[in-house]
Amino acid sequence: MLIIKNLNKTFFPGEVNEKKALCNINYHFFKGDFVTIIGGNGAGKSTLLNCIAGVYIPDTGSVLLDDEDITNIPEYKRAGKIARVFQDPLKGTAASMTLEENLVMALKRGQKRSLRKAIKEKEVKLFRERLAVLGLGLENRLKDKVGLLSGGQRQALTLLMATLQKPDLLLLDEHTAALDPQTANKVMQLTDWLVQEFKLTTLMVTHNLEQAIKYGNKIIMMDRGSIILDLNGKEKKEITVTKLMERFARCSGNSITNDRMLLSKWANVS
Amino acid sequence: MSLSFWLGILQQGFFFGIMVLGIYLTFRVLDYADLTVEGSFTLGAAVVSQAIVNGYNPLIGTLMAILAGAIAGTVTGLFHTKLKITPLLSGILTMTALYSINLRVMGGKANISLLRQDTLITYLQSWGLSKDAASLALGLFTITLLIFLLNYFLKTEIGLALRATGDNEQMIKSLGVNTDTAKIFGLAISNALVALAGAEVAQFNNFADVNMGIGMIVVGLASVIIGEVLYGLENFPGILISVVLGSVVYRLVIGVVLLFGLPATDLRLVSSLLVVLALASPRIKSRLKLTA
Ligand SMILES: Nc1ncnc2c1ncn2[C@@H]1O[C@H](COP(=O)(O)OP(=O)(O)OP(=O)(O)O)[C@@H](O)[C@H]1O
Ligand SMILES: [Mg+2]
Repeated sequence: MLIIKNLNKTFFPGEVNEKKALCNINYHFFKGDFVTIIGGNGAGKSTLLNCIAGVYIPDTGSVLLDDEDITNIPEYKRAGKIARVFQDPLKGTAASMTLEENLVMALKRGQKRSLRKAIKEKEVKLFRERLAVLGLGLENRLKDKVGLLSGGQRQALTLLMATLQKPDLLLLDEHTAALDPQTANKVMQLTDWLVQEFKLTTLMVTHNLEQAIKYGNKIIMMDRGSIILDLNGKEKKEITVTKLMERFARCSGNSITNDRMLLSKWANVS
Repeated sequence: MSLSFWLGILQQGFFFGIMVLGIYLTFRVLDYADLTVEGSFTLGAAVVSQAIVNGYNPLIGTLMAILAGAIAGTVTGLFHTKLKITPLLSGILTMTALYSINLRVMGGKANISLLRQDTLITYLQSWGLSKDAASLALGLFTITLLIFLLNYFLKTEIGLALRATGDNEQMIKSLGVNTDTAKIFGLAISNALVALAGAEVAQFNNFADVNMGIGMIVVGLASVIIGEVLYGLENFPGILISVVLGSVVYRLVIGVVLLFGLPATDLRLVSSLLVVLALASPRIKSRLKLTA
């Protein structure tokens, strides 16, 4: 359903600070896949998601979504099919606008917007129902400005907004990384529930190895712009954090000190 | 202070309040510091005056002024979105170009007199109103209509998209809004309002002058900030009413300063000081713990 073909992306080509972010990525995501993507800093995870979402246009290669070549289509035109949640909880919502205004904008994701009054009774009812599921009491705060919410509340709201209008593809880029462990856990459970409930095809970048193992049906590991490990089925089910770190060390061929840094970083996070 | 003093404050406060609504739209809603205003205010005055002098109905002339302002705003928007020129510079470029265009519109003359011509105000006078009452009625009617329309518009689907573009561009893009179009649209509406203000001020003063737009951005910002600081409202239409009241208070301050005998040539200095003061005052307020 989502096919990535020979994708290459280099930042600042030909300059001293040239940065090859994606090196010939090939991957086939199937409908209903929930793929977790891991890898060290600068591995190219965000760049891959950004190429899929249309924030960046790749240098070469193509992105096919449901057999349609979307490689060069601008971001706002893909929005009907692709929903995203960013790492920064402030980036997914408009702070100066109310909860119901944010929700109604998300409900219209990818659709033509008109000069009709945006918020109608019927929709308010839908928002109340959906917000109630979060169990955060937000259903009674529809007229509050989003800026008044905490980071965790905002991220939960963003997630809800992403799924309000069922997307073909859900892209999550470290969407729990900025939250405290407890809130991160809650948002992660909500994510899993939404993905199951609406059978969403999902790509989730995370630095938390336990999270990557616990959720989803596939794990991809990236390093320096390439996919170096791809686990699914039985392999995915049986993997542990320790084994994953060993495999990373083997596959990446990094120098030992580099590995230690990465591993200790991961160990801290998870 | 005499009745005519207060009448003058209200008349000017409302006429310039039209422009303040436009500036609020870019400065606050779109988060775009647009300097086109200085040119489009004069453009509105120039277009309506030339139209009236050439025998057009003043209402048609005023509509032409609105359209001209919208075009000016669109040009600034295109400079910014398509040519990737910074907001500030895009506005300055259009403003500068408009100086020449305004002179052309005015047939190469630096000013046009509307004395003994038909204007929207003389129309109202023909219904038996005095000049003062007619001016006040025109200003108040326009402001009321605009607050009503803007309040509706900013709550429509497109209105929300526009507000979100100013608040969180990345987010609204990911929800499928072409933010370039949203910005161009916002700038067009804003400058249409500013040109309308210019057109009504010209009819109120009975003349258009090629330099009448100079300093308007500061006047507008001062009014917006005064309105926000004094009334502290955040919701629509409350905030729209606040910034118009800000425009009235601004005129009051200027009026009082003039009353104290300060020469009119010092007004720009006073305006700038007022903006600095107003910009500093939220901080003063929070320091005094007057706000949350
Ligand atoms: N907009 C950009 N301009 C220039 N270089 C960029 C840009 N975005 C990413 N890069 C570079 O591309 C490489 C891949 O970055 P990317 O953000 O995809 O990594 P990542 O795997 O998401 O890392 P992290 O785990 O730190 O988020 C890095 O070397 C980065 O510096
Ligand atoms: Mg990243």
